[in-house]
Amino acid sequence: MSANPNSLLERRIVFLLLFVAVTIPLIFPIGWKTEVSGYAKMAWELIEATPDSSVVIFSFDYDPSTMTELQPMAEAMLHHAFSRNQKVMAMALWPQGAQMADQAFGKALESFPEKKYGVDYVNVGYKVAGIVAIQSMGRNMAEVFPTDQRGTKYAELHMLKKIRTLKDIGYVNSLSSGTPGIKEWVMAARDAYGTPVTGGTTAVSAPGLLPYVNSQKQLHGLLGGLKAASEYETLIDKIGTATVKMDAQSIAHLLILIFIALGNIRAFWAKKRRKA
Amino acid sequence: MSFFATFGLWMAVFFTLSIFSFLYKDNPFYKFAEQVFVGLSAAYWLVYLFYSIMLPNLFNKLLSDFSGNLILLVPAALGLMMLIRLIPKAQWVSRYPIAILIGTSAGINMVRYAKSDLLSQISATMINPFSASNLSGIIGNFLLIIGTVCGVYFFYFSKKQDGFSTVPSKLGIWFLMVSFGASFGYTVMARISLLIGRLEFLLKDWLHIIK
Repeated sequence: MSANPNSLLERRIVFLLLFVAVTIPLIFPIGWKTEVSGYAKMAWELIEATPDSSVVIFSFDYDPSTMTELQPMAEAMLHHAFSRNQKVMAMALWPQGAQMADQAFGKALESFPEKKYGVDYVNVGYKVAGIVAIQSMGRNMAEVFPTDQRGTKYAELHMLKKIRTLKDIGYVNSLSSGTPGIKEWVMAARDAYGTPVTGGTTAVSAPGLLPYVNSQKQLHGLLGGLKAASEYETLIDKIGTATVKMDAQSIAHLLILIFIALGNIRAFWAKKRRKA
Repeated sequence: MSFFATFGLWMAVFFTLSIFSFLYKDNPFYKFAEQVFVGLSAAYWLVYLFYSIMLPNLFNKLLSDFSGNLILLVPAALGLMMLIRLIPKAQWVSRYPIAILIGTSAGINMVRYAKSDLLSQISATMINPFSASNLSGIIGNFLLIIGTVCGVYFFYFSKKQDGFSTVPSKLGIWFLMVSFGASFGYTVMARISLLIGRLEFLLKDWLHIIK
């Protein structure tokens, strides 16, 4: 059965309009402001309230396919943690997450050139086994990460000298685009060892994780998608990559809403004509 | 920019445009890009997983201290048994490592899911709706309680739902529909973000139109 030529043409017009709607705001930014949601504020408050010099974990549980959404979050949250003088241990439950961490550190170091590797931040790299690895970190961190990504032994990393288990960690921030990710951190770190967990995820995954932001504080806030990343940039008073992209996102959403309305009106008239 | 960086950039542009060309219609460029992606991904992951999992966690440890890491021979043997699946007559051998894998996963997840997805979620619903500091919070708490109860009731199939008992069930459907709508909205947002990412690459890294 071949497709209706009219429907094919209409589909191409929709794609073309969407393409134009996204491209123009990227070239000529409008500068619309983003309202900060309660979920983003909660994540910000956790980092803000964690004492100076605390060792915190940033888990890069994603790969380049979702970096458009997650990298701006990582950069903004890392910027916030560094500004609060927290010591960041980066790790990854996804193989390519370690490279994402290096990129985020590179960006953050442009604003904080005084931060030193091993003293203020460290990248211990990728660890296989997801939730099992997290459970093991609750017993002995050095066993899970005998060396960092550069091959330096755990005991020789200055900032990790007093860190034995997950209980010594200020909070865990998981930037995740699937499994293993935030859910595993909630289950193994928060619910088993009491370590506070916050994080960011892709917009697709956000609805499934929002129930963990509850009165039990299984999750301290959640950033879902590019919009939440721009909200976080607003909270730390920084115009980052997410804020710039939000104009394009908003225009595209507006256009999709118009398409949905037009489609419904057309379906309504078609139904009425059939009845008549 | 070095030759290889420029070459890589043009390759990325070519494959991005080839994939986008499917939006017009199926064509040889799209098919080529799709097949290169599948083949490249398989090869990439094979090499990556060998060097980042097998080598540091098994081979390096056995080579550096064989007697101290004898226990690693057990997962190594289980892995080999899994590969025997490729030999049709001896396929049954692979059932043992699969059984161990399923049993272990079930054991680990059972406790965690019971705690995080059942007990903690139920506790999170047992709240005083008036504990919120403002009106919207109070309304939100009521919606949380009513939505959870009605949503769960919708999936109660042990008794025919008629008369008054259809009310919470119908309310449950409404709550489910709202959640599906929210999921759809978030999905649209994610897909547009991906498009923005690719267009940003074309406009910034390739054409240098934006900074």
